[in-house]
Amino acid sequence: MPDKPGRNAIEVKNVRKIFGTGEAQVAALDTVSVSIRENEFFTLLGPSGCGKTTLLRLIAGFDFPSAGEILLHGQDIASLPPFKRPVNTVFQSYALFPHMTVAENIGFGLEMLGKPKAEIKARVAEMLKLVKMEALSGRRTSQISGGQQQRVALARALAPQPKVLLLDEPLSALDYKLRKEMQIELKRLQHETGITFIFVTHDQEEALTMSDRIAVMSSGKILQVGTPWDIYDKPAERFVADFIGETNFLTAAIANIGNGKVRATLKSGATIDATVAEGFQPKDNATVVVRPEHAKLTNGKGELSGAVENIVYFGTDTHIHVRLDSGEAFTVRQQNTRSAGCGFERGDTVGISIGNDAAQVLRD
Amino acid sequence: MASAEEVAREAERRDIRTRWLLSAPALLVIFFAATGPLLIVLVYSFLTPGPYGDVKWQFSPEAWISVFMERDIFDDTLSLAAAHVTIFWRSIKLAIITTIATLALGFPTAYFMATRSEKTRDLWLFLITIPFWTNLLIRTFAVLQIIRNEGLINTVLLKLGIISAPIQILFTDTAILIGMAYVYLPLMVLPIYASMEKLDFRLVEAGYDLYATRFQVLRRIIFPLVKPGVIAGSILVFIPALGAYVTPIVLGGGKNMMLSNLIELQFGQGRNWPLGSALSIAVMVIVMVALLAYVRNAGRSEVRHG
Repeated sequence: MPDKPGRNAIEVKNVRKIFGTGEAQVAALDTVSVSIRENEFFTLLGPSGCGKTTLLRLIAGFDFPSAGEILLHGQDIASLPPFKRPVNTVFQSYALFPHMTVAENIGFGLEMLGKPKAEIKARVAEMLKLVKMEALSGRRTSQISGGQQQRVALARALAPQPKVLLLDEPLSALDYKLRKEMQIELKRLQHETGITFIFVTHDQEEALTMSDRIAVMSSGKILQVGTPWDIYDKPAERFVADFIGETNFLTAAIANIGNGKVRATLKSGATIDATVAEGFQPKDNATVVVRPEHAKLTNGKGELSGAVENIVYFGTDTHIHVRLDSGEAFTVRQQNTRSAGCGFERGDTVGISIGNDAAQVLRD
Repeated sequence: MASAEEVAREAERRDIRTRWLLSAPALLVIFFAATGPLLIVLVYSFLTPGPYGDVKWQFSPEAWISVFMERDIFDDTLSLAAAHVTIFWRSIKLAIITTIATLALGFPTAYFMATRSEKTRDLWLFLITIPFWTNLLIRTFAVLQIIRNEGLINTVLLKLGIISAPIQILFTDTAILIGMAYVYLPLMVLPIYASMEKLDFRLVEAGYDLYATRFQVLRRIIFPLVKPGVIAGSILVFIPALGAYVTPIVLGGGKNMMLSNLIELQFGQGRNWPLGSALSIAVMVIVMVALLAYVRNAGRSEVRHG
């Protein structure tokens, strides 16, 4: 996973966006700062209403920040109208022009830039080939399927060779299989064009599989920025740990703080080593998270013990829900094999062993 | 026992019968109030005028000849009826200018209305329909009150010292145009608004995103998409404007005869019902041809755009 610091394509500095006036004021973005590097696949991830689309619209120029700066390659673009920004958008609804053909849609941006006809024609042909839509270039956009519309929307936004491509939940309208296909397609396009992609989604799986880096947002704030691995394995806050994947929360007493690591004493009395979010000094008590696949169910050994409450079969793996002796809930994910079952039954008394380096202390 | 197919066919037959019954009142009204009288007018146009109005039941193409031709009283030779051509042209010109003026005023108005919040939109819609509450004649006299020499505009301008003598607006072509634009504006605004309201404004954003300036977005995205409304509005304004009767008389002072005045004259003082009938049908044919050409052309240019 590339996490090399490169030049910044977009820098968002202390941006606030307030909607409404007086009593009804809502801060859609509350002092947000983030840097997006060149040629990066960057994802803004968060639940609906977290401000991710607002941030995207500010970068596109459809809305203007109430305060703060937005830099594109070091130049402040926050007050420029959208048609003066070398940034293009793939809209959630695609927003294809219904009165134009596929080819005319793709060529529209170039035409508006005043490019010569021959160049537009060549570039449109190139784009049609890139998104594999050559055969349908003369069709109206109402005569093609949702997946094809998605490809046209991509080609239309890529045709003017923007510095940054903004994608506003572009895959949300597609069915599961098509969405998987388009995820791979998007990665390929980003790789082939070398354009910086800023991708907005509420789908954590989509974010993890596609992004170079992810910014997790909630209530108008960016909570954590990092590689998918960072976000998943070293969540800084409870919201991030909870929003991305499934996780177990345990309360623990903290001791031996130092060097980014602590010794945490769990309610069961067992002690485990845990990593700490960067720059965070935990107090005496803190929440420790353990991912379900980083713990192992045993016949008695382990840091924790409890009783099996429920067993859920998922095909690739099985989730075993355990009620710990301390009263807390804990889930273990176990890889399935073809020959044997999971080896446990409801009501079994079990131990749980937590792997080395499996626990993380959250900033509370 | 009846087969399923027979049952289905019977149901379909019953369905068709019901539809005919339901539309019968409307069809009867249309026939007796519109198509029927029109047929009478058509027949009258081929008859001979009676001495005191009315018609003599005797076939004559004379009325149709005199729509555009003039028979010399001495040697019976035909020449172009310059007076009629002038009147036709004057009316057509006025209708075209009125259509353009209402379009220029109505398009921004409709855009303004469609971009308001849903609640305010209803208010604007309501305000636009207020003029329909009053009779056309009264509305026209209201305009007269505003533009006459002692009217609102001239009084205010005189008081402010901007002019030293009243501007003569009343009884000029400008007065007619002001009145026509005022009377027909809602007929242009409403259909454009109906189209504009359905417009997906995300397409406008997409246009801006793809480097189109405000004017280019208007020309390349908004206008083509609301064109059905523009066409409907133009038709709704052009047709009644071509036959406008009250407004040109009241505000133009009847100095310049319009088509409607010419036709009225044949049924009144002129006592030439066949000529009046022929003129009426001629106007109808002109309107139909013009509309067909307009709609066809508008449709074609849409295909060319995309």
